[in-house]
Amino acid sequence: MHNKTLVELSQQLASGALSSVELTQHFLGRIKSLDPQLNSFISTTDELALMQARLADESRAAGSAGPLTGIPIAHKDIFCIKGVKTTAGSKMLDNFISPYDATVVEKLNAAGAITLGKTNMDEFAMGSSNETSFYGAVKNPWNTNNVPGGSSGGSAACVAARLAPAATGTDTGGSIRQPASLCGITGLKPTYGSISRWGMIAFASSLDQAGPMTQTAEDAALMMNAMSGFDSKDSTSINQDAPDYTSELNNSLEGLKVGLPKEFFKEGLDSGVQQVIETAVKDIEKLGATVKEISLSTTDLAVPAYYVIAPAEASSNLSRFDGVRYGYRCDDPANLEDLYKRSRGEGFGEEVQRRILIGAYVLSAGFYDAYYIKAQKIRRLIKNDFDNAFADVDVIMGPTAPSAGFALGDKADDPVSMYLSDIYTIAVNLAGLPAMSVPAGFTAGLPVGLQMIGSHFSEPRLLNIAHQFQQATDWHKQTPDAFTK
Amino acid sequence: MAWETVIGLEIHVQLSTQSKIFSGSATTFGAEPNTQASLVDLGMPGVLPVLNKDAIKKAITFGVAIDAKINKKSVFARKNYFYPDLPKGYQISQLDLPIVDVGHLDITLEDGTVKRIGVTRAHLEEDAGKSLHEDYHGMSGIDLNRAGTPLLEIVSEPDMRSAEEAIAYVKSVHSLIQYLEISDGNMAEGSMRCDINISMRPKGQEEYGTRTETKNVNSFRFIEKAIHGEVIRQIDELEAGNKINQETRLYDSAKDETRPMRSKEEANDYRYFPDPDLLPVITTDEFIEELRGNLPELPDQKIERFQKEYELKEYDARVLAASKHLADYFETVVTTSGAKAKLAANWVTSELLGALNKAGKDIQTSPVNAEQLGGLLKRIADNTISGKIAKTVFEAMLNGEGTADQIIEAKDLKQETDSGAIEALVDEVIANNPTQVEQFLAAEKDKRKKLIGFFVGQIMKASKGKANPQQVNQLLGQKLK
Amino acid sequence: MALDKSEVEKIAHLARIAINEDKIPEYASSLSSILDLVEQMQSTNTDDIEPMAHPLDATQRLREDAVTESNQRDVYQKIAPATEDGLYLVPKVID
Repeated sequence: MHNKTLVELSQQLASGALSSVELTQHFLGRIKSLDPQLNSFISTTDELALMQARLADESRAAGSAGPLTGIPIAHKDIFCIKGVKTTAGSKMLDNFISPYDATVVEKLNAAGAITLGKTNMDEFAMGSSNETSFYGAVKNPWNTNNVPGGSSGGSAACVAARLAPAATGTDTGGSIRQPASLCGITGLKPTYGSISRWGMIAFASSLDQAGPMTQTAEDAALMMNAMSGFDSKDSTSINQDAPDYTSELNNSLEGLKVGLPKEFFKEGLDSGVQQVIETAVKDIEKLGATVKEISLSTTDLAVPAYYVIAPAEASSNLSRFDGVRYGYRCDDPANLEDLYKRSRGEGFGEEVQRRILIGAYVLSAGFYDAYYIKAQKIRRLIKNDFDNAFADVDVIMGPTAPSAGFALGDKADDPVSMYLSDIYTIAVNLAGLPAMSVPAGFTAGLPVGLQMIGSHFSEPRLLNIAHQFQQATDWHKQTPDAFTK
Repeated sequence: MAWETVIGLEIHVQLSTQSKIFSGSATTFGAEPNTQASLVDLGMPGVLPVLNKDAIKKAITFGVAIDAKINKKSVFARKNYFYPDLPKGYQISQLDLPIVDVGHLDITLEDGTVKRIGVTRAHLEEDAGKSLHEDYHGMSGIDLNRAGTPLLEIVSEPDMRSAEEAIAYVKSVHSLIQYLEISDGNMAEGSMRCDINISMRPKGQEEYGTRTETKNVNSFRFIEKAIHGEVIRQIDELEAGNKINQETRLYDSAKDETRPMRSKEEANDYRYFPDPDLLPVITTDEFIEELRGNLPELPDQKIERFQKEYELKEYDARVLAASKHLADYFETVVTTSGAKAKLAANWVTSELLGALNKAGKDIQTSPVNAEQLGGLLKRIADNTISGKIAKTVFEAMLNGEGTADQIIEAKDLKQETDSGAIEALVDEVIANNPTQVEQFLAAEKDKRKKLIGFFVGQIMKASKGKANPQQVNQLLGQKLK
Repeated sequence: MALDKSEVEKIAHLARIAINEDKIPEYASSLSSILDLVEQMQSTNTDDIEPMAHPLDATQRLREDAVTESNQRDVYQKIAPATEDGLYLVPKVID
């Protein structure tokens, strides 16, 4: 039953072929027996899950059930769940039992979804390989010597290995799309402001967005229907009714105008990945789309601007972790300064520290204009670049990541080369656009994702394109051998 | 050398909203520690701020009252520093584009001179919590109830040249915020706190000297003392040929001196940047004009009206209008007593304020409320008691012995107005004092006024003060001919 | 853009992070290489471009002034490292 999509499972629950308790026990069992190979979960919430499953079965019996009622899902460990340990992959929060629920969690609970557990992630979502987690690296289910991508690596790996039908993720510079690509699943990063950030531990506030990680676009649409919507607790939440994300799934792609930015296909792109993407684009063309080359001349500026803006916001967002009100506190602080410095020195891992330091540096007196203001100006140029492109095409396509899942340890000591693995995803966050990664093929036995970028609020259209592509291909149905049974 | 003092003030005013500026926690003063600290106030992971509309309204109300430019686009920024009373490691404040831009406030000095003080800006920010220094096994305790209380920081130009001007400015701001009902202005509870920037320069020099900032001075008296102390210290330093360090100092009221603040010694680099959790605040002209239209009567307007409507002298009008509570008190006394406004003004400014001053109380904690004082003056107005007896009654009221009527009744202080009874007393006193009568009759007309006082005194004494003085005068005038 | 030891120490102090003495060269070199990457921005002309702080051109929503929170001190302090009498405890604060 684990190879079924969320939609298929939902139908089985509806027909009575399956109960939520059975389904939940099945996935909890799979996590127990198979996850030691992957390390995709930081914790499981068995008791909570079974209680929720019983309630879901009851409410279904009572005649009130939605598409997600009784469906087990996994939450990235960046979402606060009341009474549940919420770590953000950090030693800093190893003892943090959240006193409240994130809005995303609240909404998915209200939709009847079951919480299987909390997935592993790069510490505070800072990383592209899931190697910076305090809880150890996550392994790619397609080859456990390789990385699953990051920062939502645990969510991607567990969905790919069918340890959960779907998972939540967050994307600040590619953290949903890049691991989705590397693990061969479908990931959607929505328009900034579509999903509430309340209760989602902040990395970079103006870039962070939650989104679904699923097997299919159709599943993602159902997840979006539950997760999105205005939240008065988040000032940056979009104050308008969310659309029905399933509404356009079955539309034809006839007349769709696809743009391929030439800057996405230059040196630095793995040739195997390039081949997969070119084939996928041809498949989309066959579905009625027209394809043309476009230019996004600011492509190379995205990573530099991002590594000013994201660390700047992060350095401030992470100041609250000071050992006073919650979280890690060093032993026997000699004085106040010692409390701060050692709690943060011992509680944060190296990559997090590095980004905090960069952030503090670019905001400090004398550098603010040269770095921070400059990066914000570049950010506008990038947004303008996309605006111009979307005057001409409906969707931009290209690779999600420059390569398939690289070997564990390969880039761990070279932050800059790690940062460049997000070169195609980062600009999307700077501009606040929606984008997806959809399984599009394999290179050397590892999955490759096709990225689709749309204009603001074009998620229903993106899901439509992805769904039509998935009706015509079966890359999303492939599962890694070790986890098929 | 002759030195000129240059003073600029940063006044932090707690706005009297029900809830905090970025969370739905209560702002009540004096609650049990950390019982008014919500997830947002505690800076829990994942929480987000949402701006309180009333804080914006109150800030703009202040802005229009000081004739300031209101920034129609205003931005919140993070001021980053570590301190245990600052839960997030940053304070949400404003740097560029504060809600209130350049404005001004006129102050009136003792001698009646009016001086215009420039207001550079007034911005919104969140208050910090409190560190309690009582010893918890060598540790400090942190109470975050105050964290997130809305503050309006009002920054003046360095336009003041003496402690007197500074005090007058602070009092004007204090009075204004209460008139506007944007703050309770309770200085003892920290609702208004001042940072004082002081520098000295040789008289005639245009360039400013190096300034020090004295933090958190929280009473008018301490402001005056802190300025005097710091001015003397700076002059001593300068005359000894030393330089003034640009530094933050703390006023120690116990020792009556300022000292450098240890925790702020290192130069701070606050790394301000726009808060990405908050969006630009956009204010419309309509909204600003609506608030301008809703401004209450302001101190200067009230002073003018008091002079016109009640025929008060400017000085009295100014004293009464200095605080909204006092002005309201006065007007309540006038309406409840039916007495002449002048009588009410005299009673409020001399008897009442004198008594409050002696008792160390203010108008809000006065043991005699406005209706009660009105009740007393009503009895003067209707001749039930004389002004002199009224003072006795007032003493008793201050002691909590009851209302004016109850005290007059209990102590049998009702004025004697039976003309027959008064006439008998007059006749008796005239009969008993033939020498004085003769002197009186022999005196020139203009000296008689003085001499008649003797008879009045004797009669009042005989009546135990209860005889109606007008009637006594009238009868004496008839009989001493 | 190369950061030296004292600059690393300075920003580590600003950020209140204790870094072991022997780790500083490593930090100095990785931070410098990140700054080199960031430096690529400088070749682009951005005169007359307005800085962009938010991806959407939205404005701040205002909340009605109402108390919506109640006392949850016991719940919130259950996860605190050190409390007494309802207060969070920290090493002595010096003004």
